[in-house]
Amino acid sequence: MSEETDPLFLIEAQHLTESLEATLLDLKANPTDKSLIDSAFRDLHTLKGSGAMFGQIAMSQFLHDFETAFEAVREGTLKVTPQLIEIALSARDHVVDLLAGGSTEPGALLLGRLAALVSGDREAEAQDPGWIMSFRLAPDTLTLGGRPEAILAEFRAMGASNIAPILDDLPPLEKMAPAELHIGWRMDLPGEITEDDIRDVFLFNEEGLDLNLKPAGAAGAEEDADISRGDVSSAMAAPPAEATRTSPPTSERSMMRVPAERLDEMMDRVGELVIAEARLAELAARSRDPQLVAVAEDIERLASGMRETTMSIRMTPIETITGRFRRLVHDLTGTLGKPITLEIEGQDTELDKTVIEKLSDPLMHLIRNAADHGLETAEQRRAMGKPEHGTIRLSARYSGAEVIISLSDDGRGLELEKIRARAEDRGLIGPDTNLDDDDVRALILQPGFSTADAVTELSGRGVGMDVVKRTIEQLRGRIDVDSEPGHGTRIDMRLPLTLAIIDGLLVEIADERYAIPLAAVEHIIELPDDEVGDARTTRFLNIRDQLVPYLRMRDLLASKGVPGPHQKVVVVTAAGLRVGLTVDRIIGSSQTVIKQLSPLHAALKMFSGATVLGNGSVALILDIPQLVSFGQTLDSREAA
Amino acid sequence: MSDGTQRAQQASRGASAPPLKRWDMVTFRLGGELLAIETNVLRTVIEPGEVTRVPNAPPFAAGLLNVRGAVVPLTDLRIPLRMPQNDVNEDTRILVLDLPLADTPSVVGVLAEQVHEVTKVTSASLEDVPAVGASWPRHYVRAVGRQGERFFIIPDLGAIFAGYLAEIDHPVHQSC
Repeated sequence: MSEETDPLFLIEAQHLTESLEATLLDLKANPTDKSLIDSAFRDLHTLKGSGAMFGQIAMSQFLHDFETAFEAVREGTLKVTPQLIEIALSARDHVVDLLAGGSTEPGALLLGRLAALVSGDREAEAQDPGWIMSFRLAPDTLTLGGRPEAILAEFRAMGASNIAPILDDLPPLEKMAPAELHIGWRMDLPGEITEDDIRDVFLFNEEGLDLNLKPAGAAGAEEDADISRGDVSSAMAAPPAEATRTSPPTSERSMMRVPAERLDEMMDRVGELVIAEARLAELAARSRDPQLVAVAEDIERLASGMRETTMSIRMTPIETITGRFRRLVHDLTGTLGKPITLEIEGQDTELDKTVIEKLSDPLMHLIRNAADHGLETAEQRRAMGKPEHGTIRLSARYSGAEVIISLSDDGRGLELEKIRARAEDRGLIGPDTNLDDDDVRALILQPGFSTADAVTELSGRGVGMDVVKRTIEQLRGRIDVDSEPGHGTRIDMRLPLTLAIIDGLLVEIADERYAIPLAAVEHIIELPDDEVGDARTTRFLNIRDQLVPYLRMRDLLASKGVPGPHQKVVVVTAAGLRVGLTVDRIIGSSQTVIKQLSPLHAALKMFSGATVLGNGSVALILDIPQLVSFGQTLDSREAA
Repeated sequence: MSDGTQRAQQASRGASAPPLKRWDMVTFRLGGELLAIETNVLRTVIEPGEVTRVPNAPPFAAGLLNVRGAVVPLTDLRIPLRMPQNDVNEDTRILVLDLPLADTPSVVGVLAEQVHEVTKVTSASLEDVPAVGASWPRHYVRAVGRQGERFFIIPDLGAIFAGYLAEIDHPVHQSC
């Protein structure tokens, strides 16, 4: 839904579409009821009118065309048939979809079908007559846990009709084994289903599958199977005519709009469920009661399924916010007088909706910055031999359990001397501070830094790169700046896929438990004995011919006591760098519900959050990117 | 925002808030003194259970606990009030409070050596913080109350938590 859409109109539209739906369904039962036809017509008309008033051009255009066609019904030249109702209902769904910002594409198809009905020309309807399908599963399907009824149910949901068993291959009664499957099935399937859709249903039954698929138009399609419509068919197959209507084909998937808070609430519940499940598993394991263990395992499977589903509901493609970036760049081209192209890559990359929403403002700021400070004017670019059009690229891609979002421009790049001078000016660094190029580039992320020579209308209004940095860090992400003078700047933001639940590796350090995000763990090795007694905080391990720095977690965590003999090293990676963490014991992996630390502990960068364990106690989650960069600084300090 | 947190904010506004006529307050023992906190910020009182140490955290907020599935920081008012510390014993309880922290409604645990009772406090029984003679920092105390023979301290939770947050916002040295 676009932000501009008037809420009053939305409420009215929702009311009208609901009323329309009810009327259409009533009309289906009483096709000749004139008052119902009038009522449907009225709803269409009102919807069209207010749609136009509130700038819903696409919707009101579609409704206009639809209304024109529906006129024939009011005049009595077109009879109300189930087919007409079906199209009208789809049209109503399409309007709801349009209101939710959906594509206008299905509209034309619906109007086409309606026009075909009106003109009495059934060709359009007959174009896609659907499929006739028959199939047999392997005889041992049932023994292997296969469920033919589930397959039939799935086809029924796809709109299958005339489902009937094929009984021509039944062995004689004396040879019949009850667990063997000798029945085949045939059915009619709607035309919009593709062969791939059909094959997908058999995903787990491909072994020994005998599938016979023909377009329904083909002559003689019916005769190859000996169809028996006995008692069995009524038991297994749904009543043919009703089946198609009560369960619409999945290709016209129904959408539901849900307030975001309900999703958050649901996620909280799932989080609690996961914690409760972990407690149950622990109790079950302790009880050694096989029945209890079995139930606990079932619950674990269900909880993990719940988690996956809930998280997938929350995943939103980046696409949902890129529209405003295009608009911004369009506007900036005008304001700045610089021709700018915005390239967007990986629009379908999905992130948790909370992350997506929070990303919008920082990205807007970065794009503004790139256009304002990064890109040169057309004249300057021409003089440098660059194309006049400056390019800003936004790309998103998956990398393990992270998404990397990069914003780059092909502008002048960061001028390190200027940045340094500005930082000294602002008192961010002293004149003698020793910084390498990376450190200098990172200065632009500092609060109170702005490189623009003049504060322009667009950027440099106080909200700066430091706000961007803080936002990314709040999302448990990190931000890196890379730049090549004359060639442009690239800002990489690495963000976790989700903020809610991760798979965690539980470890023990000095009788305390800590969780490490499993996605960051590369491998676990035993700490060599000759390293155990060493008192230095960091050392190097030779792992597969590479020197990897490792951190003694007991020192970092100010733990009491001395390490035992069999220390483990958990090698973790972040941003392509590795570091080892010494721990006393690996406890195992478990689903970890991330709870944010309160503001009282926000300054402790070593932890990204906390989680509640199966026994009810709280464990801290180690912030791997922080630890890795800490390990690297020690690394370079030692090397120096 | 819920009524509770609004009231909590009012409560945390400190001595400048207009004196209420009657308060419901919970009194508890801490560092040898009697303290009182308004019940409208009190969510529940729990037994200590297992407290997770937060490495490198300042002693004021050195632990985390599980309060019905939520992770709640455990704080020790004896640190800002400069009171002596006694070990945890069977009387030790944790007051779970709704408090705004850095403008976000939050839940925090406050250690109590022994919880006494919920009592009505009238503004007539309150006195200003004496200028001399008290060991605790004056700006962390809203008022001193008296009930019969007993004196109790009403800590200014808003000032205490704001003071702590301001301190950690400008850390002297952050190793990692």
